[in-house]
Amino acid sequence: MVEDMHLIELENCTKEFDGFEALKQVSLYIRKQEFVTLLGPSGCGKTTTLRLIGGFEQPTTGRVFFEGTDITGVPPYRRSVNTVFQKYALFPHLDVFENIAFGLKIAKVQKADIKRRVAEMLELVGLRGYEKRDIEALSGGQQQRVAIARALVNEPEVLLLDEPLGALDQRLRKDMQLELKKMQQRLGITFLYVTHDQEEALTMSDTIVVMREGRIQQIGTPKKIYDEPKNAFVADFIGESNILPGVMLYDRRVRFADFEFTCEDSGFGTNAPVDVVVRPEDIVVYPDRGMLKGIVRSVLFKGVHYEMMVDTGAFTFKVHSTMMQPEGAEIGLSILPDGIHIMRKSEPVKDPQEEGEAL
Amino acid sequence: MKRSYFAAPYGLWMAVFTIVPIFLIAYYAFTLGGGFSIENFRMFLEPAFVGILTFSLWLAFLCTVICLVIGYPAALLLAAKDMKRSSIVVVLFVIPMWMNFLLRTYAWMTLLEDTGLINRFLEWIGIGRQRLMYTEQAVLMGMVYNFLPFMIFPVYSVLSKRDERLLEAAQDLGANAFMTFLRVTFPLSVPGIVSGVTMVFMPAVTTFVIPRLLGGGTFMMFGDLIENQFLTMDDWHFGSALSLIMMVLILISVGILNRADPSGQAAEGGGLW
Repeated sequence: MVEDMHLIELENCTKEFDGFEALKQVSLYIRKQEFVTLLGPSGCGKTTTLRLIGGFEQPTTGRVFFEGTDITGVPPYRRSVNTVFQKYALFPHLDVFENIAFGLKIAKVQKADIKRRVAEMLELVGLRGYEKRDIEALSGGQQQRVAIARALVNEPEVLLLDEPLGALDQRLRKDMQLELKKMQQRLGITFLYVTHDQEEALTMSDTIVVMREGRIQQIGTPKKIYDEPKNAFVADFIGESNILPGVMLYDRRVRFADFEFTCEDSGFGTNAPVDVVVRPEDIVVYPDRGMLKGIVRSVLFKGVHYEMMVDTGAFTFKVHSTMMQPEGAEIGLSILPDGIHIMRKSEPVKDPQEEGEAL
Repeated sequence: MKRSYFAAPYGLWMAVFTIVPIFLIAYYAFTLGGGFSIENFRMFLEPAFVGILTFSLWLAFLCTVICLVIGYPAALLLAAKDMKRSSIVVVLFVIPMWMNFLLRTYAWMTLLEDTGLINRFLEWIGIGRQRLMYTEQAVLMGMVYNFLPFMIFPVYSVLSKRDERLLEAAQDLGANAFMTFLRVTFPLSVPGIVSGVTMVFMPAVTTFVIPRLLGGGTFMMFGDLIENQFLTMDDWHFGSALSLIMMVLILISVGILNRADPSGQAAEGGGLW
């Protein structure tokens, strides 16, 4: 589905707000019909990036391109993108029909066409017959749908979505995630999606852009980002992981947790200090044997699996296993080569919650 | 102690100074020579009196329209995003209200007099002295000057609370600045306008000081007429009837205005009374 043409491109974009650098040298391209997610903790610059593309902010330095033309400085109302705003920003003085028809009326579309297209949109978002309803009389989920319909009815090249599911409950979120993805595939519209929810990003995206403190950390497919995080921040932010210091002895050989492992990475040199990421589900549990020996410190039932904290003396591993081991038991742990991810040393990861909201 | 008791002083105040007087007015209006009568109302139907009422309504209407035309852009300017921090501008609009109402009107007299500032300026540039005082225009100008803040502040109060995101949403959907104003800002400010119109129209239609000072008694407004009945003619019965007519008219106009604002937010938008 995804074509190779660059629909939107950011070139070295920097954005300052009163001396605070919200974006630092961000370069990024989005291909036609791609579902791209900007992912990161609050204050990482993901919403600012979206607003640069929407035209609500202008970059302090750098340029924005749309289908190869420079659109830096072009006002929002002359860009062929539409936005689903955080908390929807529906017009309270208009009913559902008038809200969705807003863009079409501005574009002077014929009355009969407006009626037909609004009806189609309502059908698409599952709100048939809601034309005359008051916005304030709708539930959060319904308002969400109206906001999506209001943006999509204009048939934009790109739909920008700013944490659109943030205000919905867990159940509704899951449903809407699937629906959005289906809509995107059916309509063939490029989606640029902003979220801080890594699970949402992994489920829906073709490409994930992980951001932190105004910088892009990694761009890749969900699988690539999950399996091969580029640094400790990405590893920690996407999914759960054990991150521990190690030494790359030579190619395909790494030492951590007082043990030498075979791995699949190379090119780090000899005796290089590195960060090692091991996903909890990549640790194999044996009752008696294994590369490492450890004592189970705690056990939590998580539904699909048990989460155990296993102390090997050198490190306490988080382990996911469908086999329950009792607290206090001595067990063996093994890590296979493809379960070990080596990253260059990076600065320590701050708690994302501690960083203030930039916008 | 029940919480409703706290309202007792207010209730007493209302009873003594509002409800009882209204009944007294009604009593005087419907009596003449000791018995029930509608003679007072019949008297009002004379063309001279009806004419005064029409003139008052017309002048108050003009005043309200002018206040809206001047006041709305001013409120829009005050509520602009980059203006919010410089509260100096807001203060500039408030300061005239700190001065006594009479003083403000007297100030206009010295400006409009035959030998006033404006006429001296007109003479200086060669246009020559104009008759400014004691005209309908002078009264209208005095009314607009005095009542303009009552239009600006309700509108400003609504506009300053508007949701910036709605403006962004409109732009996102293709609306330029003008269309955004027409389709979003203006409709959402209707409660402020309703509130402002009410607060200008009501005092404008009943005013009697401004026409007295700036109109010089050359023509009469409804407020003057009522005042005359009580203070000069000593006809409390006719005066009360006129007051009652005025009250009903105001009630009707408020009722019509509130129709224009189905959300009923005008009261919130006001913030002055």
